[in-house]
Amino acid sequence: MKIFLLVLASMTTVGPGLWRPLYPAEGEEEITVPAFELDEAAVTHRQFLEFVQEHPEWRRDNVGSLFADEGYLDSWAGPGELGSSVGRGHPVSGVSWWAARAYCSSRDARLPTEAEWELAAQASTEEADASEDPEHLAQILAWYSRPGNQTDPVAHSEPNFWGVYDLHGQVWEWVDDYASALVANDNREDGTVDITRFCGAGAITASLKIDYAAFMRIAFRSSLQADSTTRNLGFRCARDLPKEAP
Amino acid sequence: MTLNQTIMCLAAAALLAGCNSSTSTSESSAPSVIPEANAAGPIAFAPGLASALPSSEVRGWTPEGDPITGEVTYAPDVPAPIDRDYPAKVIIELETTEEVMEIADGTDYTFWTFGGAVPGKFMRVRQGDTVEFHLKNHPDSKMPHNIDLHAVTGPGGGATSTFTAPGHETVFTFQALNAGLFVYHCATAPVGMHIANGMYGLILVEPPGGLPAVDKEFYVMQGDFYTTGEYGAEGLQPFSMDKAIDEDATYVLFNGRVGALTGDNALKAEVGDKVRMFVGNGGPNLISSFHVIGEIFDKVYPEAGTRFQENVQTTLIPAGGAAMVEFEVEVPGTYIIVDHSIFRTFHKGSLGMLQVGGDEAPAIYSGQQSDTEYEAEPLK
Ligand SMILES: [Cu+2]
Repeated sequence: MKIFLLVLASMTTVGPGLWRPLYPAEGEEEITVPAFELDEAAVTHRQFLEFVQEHPEWRRDNVGSLFADEGYLDSWAGPGELGSSVGRGHPVSGVSWWAARAYCSSRDARLPTEAEWELAAQASTEEADASEDPEHLAQILAWYSRPGNQTDPVAHSEPNFWGVYDLHGQVWEWVDDYASALVANDNREDGTVDITRFCGAGAITASLKIDYAAFMRIAFRSSLQADSTTRNLGFRCARDLPKEAP
Repeated sequence: MTLNQTIMCLAAAALLAGCNSSTSTSESSAPSVIPEANAAGPIAFAPGLASALPSSEVRGWTPEGDPITGEVTYAPDVPAPIDRDYPAKVIIELETTEEVMEIADGTDYTFWTFGGAVPGKFMRVRQGDTVEFHLKNHPDSKMPHNIDLHAVTGPGGGATSTFTAPGHETVFTFQALNAGLFVYHCATAPVGMHIANGMYGLILVEPPGGLPAVDKEFYVMQGDFYTTGEYGAEGLQPFSMDKAIDEDATYVLFNGRVGALTGDNALKAEVGDKVRMFVGNGGPNLISSFHVIGEIFDKVYPEAGTRFQENVQTTLIPAGGAAMVEFEVEVPGTYIIVDHSIFRTFHKGSLGMLQVGGDEAPAIYSGQQSDTEYEAEPLK
């Protein structure tokens, strides 16, 4: 059964593990992330094209403006074709959160949570937690500081500790709770927030100083809305582990 | 704009401001102090300012006429003085980009820019103008960006309203309440990195009546840069967060590149010209001891404030601040522009040139008149 699932969805098990958010709520400095399944590779243009063909409501000429902004799939030659300039096996981009969610749910899957994604992404090829390994961080930053949207076919680099490819170095990726990082403590009555969370606590921690790549990811996610698309934002899907038979 | 965007920007702004700022409650509706004519000190920056102020207690102007597209220029050029005698609605567009460009001959760096260059484009408006500001973030950008204009009165200086994902455009409007020369910069987290990569520039808010006329105006902006390789190391050099935190600059530059103001790129003037330099310091870390070798600033507006100081040799320009310096050039030749923290000039790149053409003025400066040996007492 397990093998069948792996072949079907190319998922691999990640975790369990500990993740330390950059801006933890009180008492949540370390979050235990239960084991879960995650796509080994990012969703490709070819896969997303198949999805759009099966679910034409997600074609760019059909999708409602609430669910995707004007940049949705705009690198494609047409609403139902990739064209020659789009790499079929490259990570899809220009996809909104709504569309990414719909894709995953069509596969009986879901988007990974931020905690899950970050847990998987703090692994290097050797270690489950390389979040304080300067070499690993430098590799991540090399991509962040390289402008442009060039990508490679997915799963052509070395997989990380969990067997997951390309969490860094190709495209940004949606997480399910992309907007939650900073709003957990808000008070909508008066619009104020607990600013000490971002300053007093956050600014001085060692993790901020070392892992500023994580800071950049939070900044990027915070700039998004659910209908947002950008040319360097893609996604992959996750799933709860199958319940073990009693 | 979603709440999380607001918070992210506030976080960034608060980090920058030392985390003592309140959130979105309005800063203050009370009018700030407008300098009055004062016999104790010269006021040249705002002639006729008092009469141009609205009479009501709340400061504010109503834009007149058709909306105007604001002129913006690349350094070292400055837009022409404003010849309008009324407050207008001015539309300004700026695009953020991330581009690999040369920081020195043979050395590349990934700059993050306002308008495709470092420093960002120079903007010029008039006090009382209502500025509709459009920030576009190029689709090839990896990062979101925003803009905090020190000329803006309001939370975040615009940063909270302009947090812009790649490929998107945001708009906000502000009224230029205070005249002066102001730094603008990106305030997206990690703020220091966005500034260190070159995301800063200057906006001039002219007082009604403008600045005193001069012959030449230049835009010079200093910034410090941090690369993993040493000064002059070849190839694409990545940003070094460690060096930035240690304030151990690899490059200290005028206008974003070694040689941006030397050789063919030198600033040019003629004997007899009155020269005004709008000098900014983007930082992120270092304070500039701004000096022009062989000149004395007839006037300096320290920190780009309203009053000027006279007969200044070297003026301090804080990170995130600016100054206006003015001087007349009397003697032809090449004048070296430096940060007088002088190792930065000879080892980190903070060197520019002003080439002055025209007739020699031997009464003011003779040049070398002789070189002979002399009888010296032996040293003990
Ligand atoms: Cu920026």
